[in-house]
Formats: sequence, structure tokens, C-alpha cells
Amino acid sequence: MENNKFALKITSRSCNESFARVTVAAFAAALDPTVEEIADIKTAVSEAVTNCSVHAYPNSIGLVYISGEILKDNVIKIKIRDKGCGIEDIEQAMQPLFTTGGEERAGLGFAVMESMMDSVRVISKKGKGTSVTMKKRISRKDDAR
Amino acid sequence: MRINSTGEVLTVYLQGEIDHHTARDMREGIDKAISFYMPSLLILDFAEISFMDSSGIGLVMGRYKNLKKNGAKLSLCNLKGNIYKIMKLAGIERLAEIEKGD
Repeated sequence: MENNKFALKITSRSCNESFARVTVAAFAAALDPTVEEIADIKTAVSEAVTNCSVHAYPNSIGLVYISGEILKDNVIKIKIRDKGCGIEDIEQAMQPLFTTGGEERAGLGFAVMESMMDSVRVISKKGKGTSVTMKKRISRKDDAR
Repeated sequence: MRINSTGEVLTVYLQGEIDHHTARDMREGIDKAISFYMPSLLILDFAEISFMDSSGIGLVMGRYKNLKKNGAKLSLCNLKGNIYKIMKLAGIERLAEIEKGD
């Protein structure tokens, strides 16, 4: 049987940050997550979509592709992809406190994603875009919570 | 947001969600209140915040820098669940007194 999946295409307008995280949370709801797990997923998605809006398309509005899949063992996979400017040095971009976003950005986007999810994988090509793939296992009712 | 000033202490009750989209209006609102009341202590109350991502950290760090210019202090209260987790991740307790909520 095919895994449950969704795909969504939105513009990189900042008002869509909220729409994106709420949509992914609704998809994840099928796994019966705790309030904390839902908050973790919403936060990680918000960080990734914000990166698209702030960094991938700094001076324009581009498209953001979000997809999700329920894998075995109660794992959710979420992919957020853009066709923006790309990241020159991924290692540097993922360093906590590193930011090119100016005074009001903390530079903790990737650190927050890594802390909220079980795994975060970033692939980027300069001028082509970036994809962030995150996975998180949702605890089951019969797990010790 | 609602604000309450009692002499030296300015309390700002933040409301709704804090993300990159909403942070700008909050920043402007808080900074306006700081320059008007010139408090020696700013308390940011997160009780009515239903969601926050790292934009909230930027918001707090920026206000800390603003207050520091006048030697004023910053305190954060009612940090629930994930909001507390994100603040701790950023080490915000080095800049402001933080109080965990229920």
C-alpha cells in the first residue's frame, strides 16, 4: 500500500508561514501526536519556510514546495524546497547564531529545526535552490510518554 | 498587545503568534512603548502567545539591545512549553530573567 502523502505549492510571502505550519500540523495529526510534538513540527516548518521568504528569495516572491509523507514506524517526513538563490556554505549557514538576516534575526533557524526534529538534511546549489528534509518519529499511545 | 506602565516598570502583554511575519509589528509596538515610558524594567508577558519560532528570539534580543542603551533591564514571563524550550536553546537567560509558565 502506498504511504500517505501530500504536496503543497505556495508563494514565499511571509503571511504564508502560518498557513504552511498549520497545514503540515493538520497532516501530522493522523499520527495522533502530543501537543508538544505538534508544536515541534509547526516550529520546524515555520523556520524552514521563513528561510525561503527571507533568504532564498530576498528581493522577490518565489515558490515554495512543501511535501509530507507518513513513513513506517510512525515517522513523518517533511520536505521544504525552493528554487531561490541557494546557500553557498551549508555548514556555515547551519552554525548557531550565523545569520545574514540582519539585527532582528537570531541566526538560530537551523538549530531550532535540529532540536525539534529527529533529523534535518539540507541540500543546496548556488543559484538553483535549497531543499530541507526533516523527519520526526511521533510517539505512539502505547509508548511510554 | 496590551501595555501597562507603573512608573519604572513597563509590562507588555504579547498576543497571538510570533513569527517572521508578525514580529515586525510587535517590534515597532514595543519600541514605541519603550521610548514613550522609558522604563527601567521591561516585562514581556507571553501568556497569550500561542506559537513562537526563532523570530521570537530575534525580537527579544533586539529589545534587550534597545533597553541596554538606557541601562534598563528585561524580564520574560509565562513562557509555556515550546516557547520556553526555544528561549533556553538560545540562552536567553543570559540576557533576561526568565520565568516559566504552566
